[in-house]
Amino acid sequence: MTTRDREVTEAAVGPESPTGQGKTAEPEVLGLGSLLGRGFGGLPVLVLLVLGLSLATDTFLTGTNLDNLGRQVSIYAIIAIGQLLVILTAGIDLSVGSVVGLSGVIAAKAVFDTAGSGSVLLAVLLALLAGAAIGLVNGVLVAILKMPPFIVTLGTLGMARGLTLLYTDGRTIQPLPRSFTSIAGGEFLGIANLIWLTVLIALLVGFGLRRTVWGRYVYAVGSNPESARLTGVPVRSVLLSVYALAGTLAALGGILLASRLGNGVPTAGTGYELQAIAACVIGGASLFGARGSALGALVGALIVGLLNNGGTLLGIDPFWLQVAIGALILVAVGVDQLQGRRRVRRGA
Amino acid sequence: MSATPLLELRGIDKSFGPVQVLRDVDFSVNPGEVTALVGDNGAGKSTLVKCVAGIYSADGGEVLFDGRPVHIHNPRDAAALGIEVVYQDLALCDNLDIVQNMFLGREKRSGLVLDEPTMEQMAAETLAGLSVRTVKSLRQHVSSLSGGQRQTVAIAKAVLWNSRIVILDEPTAALGVAQTAQVLELVRRLADNGLAVVLISHNMNDVFAVSDQIAMLYLGQMVAQLRTSDVTHAQVVELITAGRSGGLGLTGETGNGNGNGNGKQDSPPTETTSAGADR
Ligand SMILES: Nc1ncnc2c1ncn2[C@@H]1O[C@H](COP(=O)(O)OP(=O)(O)OP(=O)(O)O)[C@@H](O)[C@H]1O
Ligand SMILES: [Mg+2]
Repeated sequence: MTTRDREVTEAAVGPESPTGQGKTAEPEVLGLGSLLGRGFGGLPVLVLLVLGLSLATDTFLTGTNLDNLGRQVSIYAIIAIGQLLVILTAGIDLSVGSVVGLSGVIAAKAVFDTAGSGSVLLAVLLALLAGAAIGLVNGVLVAILKMPPFIVTLGTLGMARGLTLLYTDGRTIQPLPRSFTSIAGGEFLGIANLIWLTVLIALLVGFGLRRTVWGRYVYAVGSNPESARLTGVPVRSVLLSVYALAGTLAALGGILLASRLGNGVPTAGTGYELQAIAACVIGGASLFGARGSALGALVGALIVGLLNNGGTLLGIDPFWLQVAIGALILVAVGVDQLQGRRRVRRGA
Repeated sequence: MSATPLLELRGIDKSFGPVQVLRDVDFSVNPGEVTALVGDNGAGKSTLVKCVAGIYSADGGEVLFDGRPVHIHNPRDAAALGIEVVYQDLALCDNLDIVQNMFLGREKRSGLVLDEPTMEQMAAETLAGLSVRTVKSLRQHVSSLSGGQRQTVAIAKAVLWNSRIVILDEPTAALGVAQTAQVLELVRRLADNGLAVVLISHNMNDVFAVSDQIAMLYLGQMVAQLRTSDVTHAQVVELITAGRSGGLGLTGETGNGNGNGNGKQDSPPTETTSAGADR
């Protein structure tokens, strides 16, 4: 037991290059995925789209259009970043669209009832709490009762939408006071608040994922939950945090949407869950978990937004646009599958 | 070898519901030795290891560490004692790189932020200390490693923590001849460095090649723990498959031939379960 030192002296030979002589290591192959730019979160696709649209139209590169595009994309991007966290753990959150609706009407009703005299901050907090609560319910059912995320969030999708309709009697809440609509309408240094907020959230989540222990655990849980658990990763807490954050970010999206539209529509956010998933996947996230980034989700949301925006500018039939976005999702998932298969082969 | 074993289990019982998987198991591990733990599929090897690792808590029995009784309730307790386990197939997260895997669950931080340079350097030093030179980059995802390299990383991960006992659950199960030899050599080196090593394996050649002692489980009971030099291949196989061999092994019980570890209606176990010349 006296010789327990692990030959650190020997190791000191070269901590920088102890692994330098890679005799049996495989060379890094440039895969189809990296060629299509998914390794960079779809950034090249984004650049191509921007270039293409700038050349093809005079209207694309105008201040008003970019501002409009930024505001449109922001709300999707915030929701997509929340969705990404769940997808990284190999889960899925179908309830975010309904949470958008619910939180929107909760905030709207709170400011409407007090006719602007009450605290807007309080209304916002209330709506955020509602989103966090639904996220926590999802998290508890997935992490502790071990129910499949798809089913759990399909259930809360229905429940949240139903509650929203009950709460409003199916009616739109309007008009909303300026103090509330200025959240999304306002700007700072000539750039819309919405865009600042989105960038801030992307940076914060990106930092959390890349640089903190929590982020490391998110990827570990998505990679192999059983290994992670055996290593001492608090898998349940990680899952809870991820679903709660997705719910909270969806609620933020809902509040911003209500603020932007100036009303609380009970059907707002319908289908947003699919947009968010699409953004994540197009931005390089894998539905098998553990691959993807906050920047990727942001870029994915931008790509979807650009396709819509550009399509409108070019006068392309919006129905065809839907087809195009659907096809893009299939391509992204197809590439993901191919990579997954190659991974399995190499790992064996 | 030294007088007190580093780890000693006495009379460990463990049931899952009505099924008794471990029954009155004694087991001891010495520093500087490789102790092989063998037994048929379902004999309870992995379960025994998980009891030591704090994944399961035993229903009864005692655990002595360095001669003192200890209670291991969760993996962190085990880690605090210096007990590290490399699990069958579950040692690593595929989508994380080598450094991330080696520090998973015990990341180094500076403030709020992960301290990547320190972790990378410690990982490099540990791998070098184990004379591992086959990985190209420490930032490679482990999914891109060969089976042998993966086991090597998993073992390095276990050694990183000033561990005193390293338990390996079938580390060579999926490996070819050359890679098996590599991993076994690493296992031997760990013991020669003074660690106590427990090696679970189904391969008798491997067991005889590296172990100092062999502990044999049969349907959840410890048949015998003997010095490797005192038994033959054939005896070990017989002890594993029938529970006894000549004067060795379980007495007064004929194996019920049920290889499933279903100990529920086993004949009452005798007091002298682990007969034989252990220690
Ligand atoms: N969590 C559990 N719940 C119920 N039964 C279990 C559980 N884990 C193990 N068992 C049972 O306990 C017995 C021993 O299993 P264990 O995994 O310890 O065997 P083993 O010796 O490691 O086998 P192998 O060589 O196949 O890995 C088996 O019959 C198994 O079915
Ligand atoms: Mg086993």
